[in-house]
Amino acid sequence: MKKSVFLGALTVAGLAAGAAAAATVDDVKSRGKLNCGVSTGVPGFAAPDANGEWQGFDVAVCRAVAAAVLGDPTAVEFVPTTGKTRFTALASGEIDMLARNTTWTFSRDADLKFTFVGVNYYDGQGFMVPKELGVTSAKELDGATVCIQTGTTTELNLADYFRVNNISYEPVPIETNAEAQQQYLAGACDVYTTDASGLAATRATFEAPGDHVILPEIISKEPLGPLVRHGDDEWGDIVRWTLNALIAAEEYGVTSANLADLSSAPTDNPEINRLLGTEGNLGEMIGLDGDWALKAIGVAGNYGEIFEKNIGESTPIGLARGLNAQWTNGGLIYSPPFR
Amino acid sequence: MTTLTDPPKETFRLSMLIYDTRYRSITIQVVAMIGFMLFAAWLISNTAENLATLGKPIDFGFFSEPAGYDINQMLIEYQNQDTHLRAAFVGLLNTLLVAVLGCVTATVIGVLVGVLRLSPNWLIARIMTVYVEMFRNVPVLLWIVLAMAILIESLPAPSAFRGDEPEATMKLFGSVALTNRGVYVPEPLFSRSLGNMHLFGESGLRFDVSLDLIAFLLVLGLSIFAARKISARANAIQEDTGVRPKTWHINLGVIVLPTLILLVLLGFHLGYPELKGFNFQGGTHLRNSLIALWLALSLYTAAFIAEIVRGGIMAISAGQTEAAGALGLRPRRIMSLVVLPQALRVIIPPLISNYLNLTKNSSLAIAVGYMDITGTLGGITMNQTGRELECVLLLMLVYLCISLTISAVMNWYNNRVKLVER
Repeated sequence: MKKSVFLGALTVAGLAAGAAAAATVDDVKSRGKLNCGVSTGVPGFAAPDANGEWQGFDVAVCRAVAAAVLGDPTAVEFVPTTGKTRFTALASGEIDMLARNTTWTFSRDADLKFTFVGVNYYDGQGFMVPKELGVTSAKELDGATVCIQTGTTTELNLADYFRVNNISYEPVPIETNAEAQQQYLAGACDVYTTDASGLAATRATFEAPGDHVILPEIISKEPLGPLVRHGDDEWGDIVRWTLNALIAAEEYGVTSANLADLSSAPTDNPEINRLLGTEGNLGEMIGLDGDWALKAIGVAGNYGEIFEKNIGESTPIGLARGLNAQWTNGGLIYSPPFR
Repeated sequence: MTTLTDPPKETFRLSMLIYDTRYRSITIQVVAMIGFMLFAAWLISNTAENLATLGKPIDFGFFSEPAGYDINQMLIEYQNQDTHLRAAFVGLLNTLLVAVLGCVTATVIGVLVGVLRLSPNWLIARIMTVYVEMFRNVPVLLWIVLAMAILIESLPAPSAFRGDEPEATMKLFGSVALTNRGVYVPEPLFSRSLGNMHLFGESGLRFDVSLDLIAFLLVLGLSIFAARKISARANAIQEDTGVRPKTWHINLGVIVLPTLILLVLLGFHLGYPELKGFNFQGGTHLRNSLIALWLALSLYTAAFIAEIVRGGIMAISAGQTEAAGALGLRPRRIMSLVVLPQALRVIIPPLISNYLNLTKNSSLAIAVGYMDITGTLGGITMNQTGRELECVLLLMLVYLCISLTISAVMNWYNNRVKLVER
């Protein structure tokens, strides 16, 4: 009798464990930390600085979400993932969200069962070659040895591009950006291909960046953005609207400098008021405090400030806003209204 | 007069299952078994259910979809529009290649080092000790990465071979190019080739076998068989008359001539690598990743095999060596005729597990970008399709099959060499 009770209890406990995998936001709150997947180190996007603090454009998204949910931008456990391990880490629940320059594609959305919450960087795949090779176009790369990060969309784009142009190449699969850099600099491959932003970031760390050129061809669309698992829409909304809050803040002119002023009392712009929680109850609707967006923007400023600080033209990476300017400036960055 | 009483009739009561020592152990085993099976069933059904909730029920349909990625080292024809199954097959052959190369090299080095470690020469024995201790006490992954780094950093890039006064030149009369992308060696070519035999039609497992290679092996095999016959006849004559007829020149002719004639008939010549465009073209390209993995796995496993060989030799009593010496055998013959054949019986069983280890360690290939089955099926395919569980289960099955095959072959060999007791 006792044994059957014990077995019964065991079964119930097991079933409960199986069912407990729902609300991510509750998990994050009870844990007191956000587990955020980032890359293993792409300068400007996600890399630890000299003090071991993670810094970068993607890292800023993680910190903003942590600030919005937990009120503390440092309450983030950064989990470095490679192109290969990132999806397994997210699908298994090891990380709550992934902010690792990951391309939004149909099959990742529908087949891999992830929800992309938006785009924080519109990118495209490019090629970098040493200047001394004298190559001016990707179409001249017949027979070249190409270093490529394995498990990425770039791997598939590369195969498509060379097939369509009827030229051959030798792929050298590589796990991380650092290994690719080592092989490329040693001349073990002629070409390094990844997203153009990644190429710029990698080139910025070279001793002589001027000796390397990024070819004009951009062979794919790579909208990069944070993503979460399918099936937890509340959590997806939180990450989506945190990103949108950063973008909207730039559009409405909310910066880290005037944030305190604007949030102390309602302004005459109702959008800003709703965003910063001085009017309405948007925060409540997604299960957070009224000042969630205020905290998110307070970490490192709005989208534009984050861009300039980490990868903008004043940094060694030196990326222009281009497609990533606000829609009001002719770019693609656009947040749905806060209403 | 005796009264016979029937022994008390055994009646089975349920409580005897616990209180009767005859049944208790069975009861415990049955309960434990049921418990274990319930747990396993719960685990499986829970996994299946969770995957279904996630919208990813177990499904192997992705195998027939185009893979979409390229693989650098292909032992069979493959291009990026072939299926995931084909890509996995390419990876499997790469795994087998490095496993076979590794096992053979590790055995050769291991036996050599094991024997030399027992050498009376102080210096040689100490050097071998240092080698063994260095290699078996550092994780093999580090050896693989180190080998790759050395190859990449120390050898010249193909561009160094360019120009009128190149920094680097091809070795061995301009036939071999050592570059940091790999080693290019001449390849055998046949101008009057017999062509290929296509197996398995158009399926994902289709496979071409070179008829030239088959013909070559066939002729060589027959020649060796004939040479054996000639030697046997010589032995018989020696038994009868005590005089051994000279056979080495006949044997040499029997082995070499037919093979040579076949090669000439097929129009055998070597294709030399040549620098064209970005890379060397022609010749056989042994990629850095293969060399690094092969070298590191062989050297690492050889250290273990050396210890096994040393143990096997030391298990043979010194009396055997002394007796052989007393018969006038020289040290080398004592080793090859007396000690090693007996030591083999001790050596082979642990050797099997080292072969298995080497094969399984080859899954570290991705560290240097070698596209083995872990890199294709368990790497890119898994990543592009998102079928983690299916891919990992299949991968486990593949390694299990390879390992069991190696075990079966080695056990068969072990049975052949083991001491026959009468």
